[in-house]
Amino acid sequence: MNRHTLFGGAYAIAFFSFLFGPLIIMSMTAFNSSRFPRVSPWECFTTGWFNELFGNARLMEGLLNSVIIGVGVVALAVPIGLAGALALSELPAKLRAALYTVLILPILIPGVVLGISTIVLWGQISRGMGAGFLYNGYFLTIVGQITFVSAYAMLVFIARLQRFDATQTEAALDLGATPGQAFRKILLPFMAPAIGSAAFITLLASFENYNTTVFTVLSESTFTTALASKVRHGTDPSLSALAVIIITITLVGALTNEALQRRKEAEMGGRASRSPLYLNPVTRTLTHPGVVLAILVAVIGGISYAGSQHDSSVCEAGVLQEKLDRQEELRAAQRAKIEAMEAEQEKTLPKSNSAFGGAFGGLGTPAPAPEPAPKPESPSAFGGAFGGITAPKTDE
Amino acid sequence: MPDRSVLLDHITIRFGNFTAVDNANLKINSGEFFSFLGPSGCGKTTMLRCISGFSEPTEGKVLIGGKDMAGVGPNKRPTALIFQHLALFPLMTVAENIAFPLEVRGVSKKERRKKADELLEMIALPGIGDKKPGELSGGQKQRVAIARALAVEPDILLLDEPLSALDLKLRQHMRTELRAIQKQVGVTFIYITHDQGEALTMSDRVAVMSRGVIEQVGEPDRIYNRPRSAFVASFVGENNAVEGIIKGQSGETAALETPMGTFEARVGGGRKYKAGDKALLFVRPEQLIPGESANAFQSVLSRQEFEGATNHVFANTGDQELRISMVNAGLAGSLPGQGETLSLGFRPLNATILPVGHMASEA
Ligand SMILES: Nc1ncnc2c1ncn2[C@@H]1O[C@H](COP(=O)(O)OP(=O)(O)O)[C@@H](O)[C@H]1O
Ligand SMILES: [Mg+2]
Repeated sequence: MNRHTLFGGAYAIAFFSFLFGPLIIMSMTAFNSSRFPRVSPWECFTTGWFNELFGNARLMEGLLNSVIIGVGVVALAVPIGLAGALALSELPAKLRAALYTVLILPILIPGVVLGISTIVLWGQISRGMGAGFLYNGYFLTIVGQITFVSAYAMLVFIARLQRFDATQTEAALDLGATPGQAFRKILLPFMAPAIGSAAFITLLASFENYNTTVFTVLSESTFTTALASKVRHGTDPSLSALAVIIITITLVGALTNEALQRRKEAEMGGRASRSPLYLNPVTRTLTHPGVVLAILVAVIGGISYAGSQHDSSVCEAGVLQEKLDRQEELRAAQRAKIEAMEAEQEKTLPKSNSAFGGAFGGLGTPAPAPEPAPKPESPSAFGGAFGGITAPKTDE
Repeated sequence: MPDRSVLLDHITIRFGNFTAVDNANLKINSGEFFSFLGPSGCGKTTMLRCISGFSEPTEGKVLIGGKDMAGVGPNKRPTALIFQHLALFPLMTVAENIAFPLEVRGVSKKERRKKADELLEMIALPGIGDKKPGELSGGQKQRVAIARALAVEPDILLLDEPLSALDLKLRQHMRTELRAIQKQVGVTFIYITHDQGEALTMSDRVAVMSRGVIEQVGEPDRIYNRPRSAFVASFVGENNAVEGIIKGQSGETAALETPMGTFEARVGGGRKYKAGDKALLFVRPEQLIPGESANAFQSVLSRQEFEGATNHVFANTGDQELRISMVNAGLAGSLPGQGETLSLGFRPLNATILPVGHMASEA
């Protein structure tokens, strides 16, 4: 028994480290001034990578595009998914299975295929009908993503609809409601949580999609495609900063949603009128999802503001000075070596540190002086990636 | 007073080859408390859905207040249905539930609330308007469902086994209450149940159904005392059934030869028999009286079940087991003991001869 719990505990720790370890490490690297995302050696606590992230014009433009496309996809995919789920629920069993397969198919088709086929189809249509304005990255990406994103939404709705008691609609009709009223006043409110989830899932699916979008977006770029092309040129801690932001938003969303669900459940199940938490006006207000959200936003806002006021330049200058000193030392040693060698009149070249020396140490190359760490410009491919200190090249 | 009658004019309802309701033909009077009684699966709900407009009859017509309802949807009929599981709207408050029929008719919010409060008053649950249905007890939900249905101001209220989910005490209480509400509002109640106690105590008239067929329509006491088929005799109340062969009929009564002896009994349903016809004799447990000289026979007591006011005594004559109800004689009296031989008899008018047919347990 005891050994079991011991093993269980160890397993749980291993499991959760595996799950969350990378996230935690990555989040920490966002606050290290080192040009390479790492926690050790820890140089200086900095919030500069957030500035660098927001200063990246290409990413920010992509973010705006992603939002535009995401809103479009949600606005279309959610109603389409709902309509599909409703249609399925009305059909006789055999037809339902067949239609289900057809509607789910886009999820199974590789995104690349969807992307290319979207361009081909709409290319034909826009040329054939002389509607060239349709052939733009926004429109194509929205229609391309909808083909499979609406199937996600549909799955969410199907799950919820299975719990719907159809006699509710009948009762509404019997009480004099028109079919439209029964839909709006009975079915839609019941589906509301699923509509929320579906909107969230479709927004995420749209936002993070690469395979289809990279084709359909044409010459524009979304946040994901911009990010991908940036990563191709090497990673730096501003991406960790992005991860921190995304994780924070997710946590806030999850906590608020939990507060919302718990309150709803308590109200529906009649626990609300008994639970001391809901009877006391103070705790009742404190546990209100809106208040929870407001508190979280306020706390994060405060931390962000405090962070933005943080100035790591002194520390970084110190680190830089250290590096320069170290470099100077090495140079001196090298010079001494060269002198010694020259003195011996040998023809062998002085041994300089290789590129990898620079990569892992970031020190010692007889190269131009290192720049101060947080720099808004994108670093060059390998320089950025390996924390090297070669001359910055411009990003393509 | 509006015409609140319902005429079922030769209604047949089929699902594919299966006939759920077979040629139902009856009139439910304005302001009547009318019950359909039958075992589960006999087509009661199907019949009710046809009256409320959720399905159309395969054959025949439904007339409400003298008007043909063909093609009139459930939201256009002067009926309100109380579903087997009530179908209260869980996301709305009690007041919103009750006022829903007014909401969809465009009545203002203030007036809705007023009407909801009035109806809550009527069902003796004032002040629960702001609760959610999930917070109510079974009996409260029941009453809210009734209030919501009455908010439509229907001419006909249809109730599909509304008490089946309640416990016994509450069920008995709600019977009285339903009956009182019906008298108060004067609406025609069409009530569906498989519980004969409910049907007999509340109804003005009862229709007994089996396998989609309406076997008998009548006042509760007539259904009980004058069953017209073997099914009705065996389904409504307890009954002893004895098979036999007709010896001869004279007017209201006939003689039936059975393994227990030859008995004289009333002929059910005004039927005519020839000598040699097979038939069934039905005698209720409370009509088998010890020491009665009419239709007397001997029987051996096998076992007893005690149930307070009455004792259920079981006795055997040959292979036939008979069920006898005896009033509890208390400490001062005494009941025959096990193994004793008992002389039993019954009055000819209190037993019924009916044609052989399917019985309740086989339905
Ligand atoms: N939509 C339907 N399709 C096929 N058969 C049905 C349908 N509705 C009811 N039935 C059948 O009709 C019979 C009567 O059902 P119902 O009216 O619900 O009985 P109950 O008397 O218990 O209310 C049952 O055998 C049931 O299986
Ligand atoms: Mg039923």
